Amino acid sequence: MSVPTTSEPLAASPVRKKQPWVQKSVLPGFGLSLGFATLYASLLVFIPLALLVLKSFELPLDQLWDVVSSRRAVASYRLTFGTSFLAAIINLIFGLIVAWVLVRYTFPGKRIVDAVVDLPFALPTAVAGIALTTIYAPNGWVGQWFALLDIKIAYTWIGVTIALTFIGLPFVVRTVQPVLADLELEVEEASASLGASRWQTFKYIIFPALLPSLLTGFALSFARAIGEYGSVVFISGNMPYKTEITPLLIMTKLEQFDYAGAAALGSVMLLFSFILLLLINLLQHWSHKRTGG
Amino acid sequence: MAGVVSNLGGTSAKRVQGATTEVPWIRYSLIIISLVFLALFLIMPLIIVFVEAFRKGAGVYFAAITEPAAAHAIKLTLIAAGIAVPLNVIFGLAASWAIAKFQFRGKQLAITLIDVPFAVSPVIAGLIYMLLFGAQGLFGPYLMDHDIRIMFAVPGIVLATVFITFPFIARELIPLMQEQGKEQEEAAITLGASGWKMFFRVTLPSIKWGLLYGIILCNARAMGEFGAVSVVSGKIRGQTTTMPLHIEILYNEYHQAAAFAVASLLALLALVTLVLKSGLEWQAAREHELAVRSAQT
Repeated sequence: MSVPTTSEPLAASPVRKKQPWVQKSVLPGFGLSLGFATLYASLLVFIPLALLVLKSFELPLDQLWDVVSSRRAVASYRLTFGTSFLAAIINLIFGLIVAWVLVRYTFPGKRIVDAVVDLPFALPTAVAGIALTTIYAPNGWVGQWFALLDIKIAYTWIGVTIALTFIGLPFVVRTVQPVLADLELEVEEASASLGASRWQTFKYIIFPALLPSLLTGFALSFARAIGEYGSVVFISGNMPYKTEITPLLIMTKLEQFDYAGAAALGSVMLLFSFILLLLINLLQHWSHKRTGG
Repeated sequence: MAGVVSNLGGTSAKRVQGATTEVPWIRYSLIIISLVFLALFLIMPLIIVFVEAFRKGAGVYFAAITEPAAAHAIKLTLIAAGIAVPLNVIFGLAASWAIAKFQFRGKQLAITLIDVPFAVSPVIAGLIYMLLFGAQGLFGPYLMDHDIRIMFAVPGIVLATVFITFPFIARELIPLMQEQGKEQEEAAITLGASGWKMFFRVTLPSIKWGLLYGIILCNARAMGEFGAVSVVSGKIRGQTTTMPLHIEILYNEYHQAAAFAVASLLALLALVTLVLKSGLEWQAAREHELAVRSAQT
């Protein structure tokens, strides 16, 4: 009687170690589909990206450092990261409010409002760029009122922030919305019946549950803003040291045929993109664990 | 009878309860804040495109969208999207089939890697092809000797567009196909269907709305891409300018009305995209609801 129970774990452990790379299935086409997808992705995306990093190391290390730490480059990082961060914060706050209103309240035209949130995904960035510039220029619909107060929006960092807010707007709404919709009202009822005020319920029950998705939306919005080019290039004015974002500096280097310099700056941006991608993945993992999804 | 009872339960659960909602003035202020924010940031840019486009009258508008350079830009945009979207559909189907229907090591990594083009700046997408196929690039001398033009020509524009829109279809299909499981396909195969027959009769019909959804988003991005295309195009007017690049040239030459006229076409495309997208979402929600209801009875 005791023989099978003792031999079972002994037999099971070596089998588990030898688990094949791919589990057997009756379905066909695994080799073909994975092979094609890998080949396609490698040729079009991953080999070219690896070459970018290799290209930047064509420069001697001290020259490479000079390029990525030049005063103009550092000024562009500061503008790119600063405005992207600010835009992501704005989107975090208003994205939460918009998601809240769309999930919890009913009002006329709600479906249309819900659909409009995706406009920045659908509207080409160049179109958004010239439209925002025209609105916020000193003689534009909104810009003229600020001009009276002697505040310039277009062609300054404020304009860059507005363009980046536009671009990143859907991310927070669309990551928070489903999580908020899945929250169980019973928990809030319990909290209220135990004497918590609505604000306490929000602070201690709802907000912690939304936090992972809020941070994910923030990171997605931030990551998108850092790489953005089309909508910013029109509204920024493109003054070196002042309103020049890093992608534009790369463009300038390319136009001067400084390929290695462009590649070096591109690699810096790529590094940040990968760090953010990793962070977003960790956040999403955390979010799934929290919601049990 | 069971249906009636469950329906009643559904409506009473939907009723707003005093303990789990906010006092009216907070509710209305939040709604107003949202609407004002969205109107300022989203609706106003959309409106100004059409206002500026027609500022100098319908004559200028139609002249701007029918002049030869504009017509060529429209054609080039359609060509780029017409090649990039089908290529990414094939990739998306292959990648999601392998990832959703099979268990293999490194699967999670593969899902993450598919997202890489979303995280990379469009300018970098253009730059990498420049480093490969540009005059000073890796294959530059070879291409020059054989008189093959990739940069500052249509192939470069197509390549950059493919890169930028690479994840769209796969991202849409992977979660959908994972959710659907593989029992139906397994049944088809064990009953003797060939691989392609199973794909066209079982897999494709069940993912058709998700696939269409992905195609619509992919197409919108492909036609509107600016940064990546801007690097590789060389901006030769009437030859290598897509619609967004044509808009940029007109705008920088202070042809404001003409720039916005061409932009209004892309804004219309965006509106059509949003309408189709919402329509598909409602369709999917309705089918889901029907499936749940039929499972209940």
